[in-house]
Amino acid sequence: MNLVICLLATRRYLTVQQIRAAVPGYNQDTEEAFRRMFERDKEELRELGIPLETGTNSVAHDDEAGYRIARRDYELPEISLEPDEAAALGLAARLWQSAPLAGATGSALLKLRAAGVDAPESSGVLETRVAAREPAFPRCWDAVRDGRSVRFAYRTSGRTASEDRTVQPWGVVSWRGRWYLVGHDTGRNAQRVFRLSRVVGEVEVVGEPGSVVPPGDVDLRAAVARMAEDETRATAAVRLRAGAGWELRKDATAVRPDGNGWDVVEVGFSDPERLADRVAGYGPAAVVLSPPEAREAVVARLTALAGS
Amino acid sequence: MTSTPAQLSRLLALVPYLLSHPGTAIADVAAEFGISEQRLRQELDLLWVCGLPGHGPGDLIDFSFEGDTVSVIESAGVDRPLRLTVDEALALVVALRALAETPGLLARDAVARALAKVEQAAGNSALPAGRVEVAVEGQERVLPVVQQALDERRRLHLSYYVPARDETTDRDVDPMRVLVVEGRTYLEAWCRRTEGLRLFRLDRVESVELLDAPAEPPPDAEPRDIAQGLFVPSAEALLVTLALRPAAAWVADYHPCESVQEGSDGGLTVRLRVADPAWARRLALRLGPLGRILAPAELAEQVRAEAAAALAAYGEAAPAS
Repeated sequence: MNLVICLLATRRYLTVQQIRAAVPGYNQDTEEAFRRMFERDKEELRELGIPLETGTNSVAHDDEAGYRIARRDYELPEISLEPDEAAALGLAARLWQSAPLAGATGSALLKLRAAGVDAPESSGVLETRVAAREPAFPRCWDAVRDGRSVRFAYRTSGRTASEDRTVQPWGVVSWRGRWYLVGHDTGRNAQRVFRLSRVVGEVEVVGEPGSVVPPGDVDLRAAVARMAEDETRATAAVRLRAGAGWELRKDATAVRPDGNGWDVVEVGFSDPERLADRVAGYGPAAVVLSPPEAREAVVARLTALAGS
Repeated sequence: MTSTPAQLSRLLALVPYLLSHPGTAIADVAAEFGISEQRLRQELDLLWVCGLPGHGPGDLIDFSFEGDTVSVIESAGVDRPLRLTVDEALALVVALRALAETPGLLARDAVARALAKVEQAAGNSALPAGRVEVAVEGQERVLPVVQQALDERRRLHLSYYVPARDETTDRDVDPMRVLVVEGRTYLEAWCRRTEGLRLFRLDRVESVELLDAPAEPPPDAEPRDIAQGLFVPSAEALLVTLALRPAAAWVADYHPCESVQEGSDGGLTVRLRVADPAWARRLALRLGPLGRILAPAELAEQVRAEAAAALAAYGEAAPAS
């Protein structure tokens, strides 16, 4: 604390010896003990993001290098919020359910409050929440923040074996409660989207900070949407009992009555198994008419269950 | 002086906080900083011996105590808090951006202004914010009516789809709040039909109508605590045991389970509580060979019978069991 105050107050750079003389607590010990304490305190300052400037006071002589903290680099800039803006901030502040991010939000708000900006605590008619439960998330967040690459073992969908991947991360996206990493897969030399829940084991963060610079035109959300949602590659015809299959009807491109209290709907699908996911749950109320591979996918599931 | 980074961070915020909030009760300051009153007094004592080199008058941090309140007399130059770190800036900016795109919910304008001010105060710390995005499902169809009902405290009529039963039900509800959780939007409301607090996913609302009647949820209707997740099954709900092949392991991720046991082949045996057995039957049908209901036996038999009936519709005979 005294070190911070001392370095904030001075306009000249203070040498190590000057610091030792000025800051209470440094002067009693041996030179070696002081150096250790000083190094530890400097590290603490760095961890908190306190900007330590080094330099010399005089250009001409070879003055010993010294330290100071420039006030304008240290201080939170002036900020004041209207009541409705403060309400918005208070709401945003409750968004994160992940512990590290909730912690960061909490300490940010504390700094803002210390500057006189009070965001209201009470929740009203709106609450928003995002969690980050995937174990891979914290390292990926760090890598994205610092512009560094990541290495991890990854299990592609449906397989049990995993493969090592090295990725230059462009961003992370939360989509329907799941986190995804978008980046350049150096092994495949192409953009890839990774679902963080399929990362196996630890994520290694490698490379120098700033070594990864995302291209300016990356649309993170679109990239994840393409991976997370089904692309339509074919159309199926499904016979549905009247009143049944609401979720299919919602996505249907066409609906026509088929007589006897049944309708036929046409829905787009990406592959037969994904269509079977959407149809099989309706049991006898839904029958896939075409194409054959979609029909077979549902029949296979029902056969497995009917014979068990 | 030895201190932890957390403590130093707190001490650096304490002086500016007291400067901008003079005469605050000590108990309130302690609560604000999340520490006990005793701890706070220890830290004020610590600060009292801190100050500028020379330690002459006007150099040391000084407080004044009046009754149970405290104010700063001398700040020794620690007038403003430290800038936001990158993590702090990112956490706030990304959250505000997520809010900004929830259409129809808040005065978008207020969110946009707050975002601009926070981005400016964060400076370079907020630069990586473009690399983190939280996608929120758009709900322009239903949300504006819900918003109006909340603003005007009026009852709503919902036509709502219940997936477990594959049916659309009609009911009057008294809206209480909107929840946006994991990118999906829900209305928490008092359902007048079932006389209970219910959560309605807005993308399952087939139609909504604003009624003239005022919304009157019972005074003891408590909004649920969503810290533990949205869906907490009751202890009396039916317990179902499922065997899952590895490719169906996602079920354990998506639904709260009472127990999850991993088998030697990477498969899972899970036990979960189910409010409606129909939901479990639909899940089993969807999973096909990837899942198997181990218990209760009646449920497993119902699934078998339903699958056989569905197969009949395909013109395939059910295999002899």
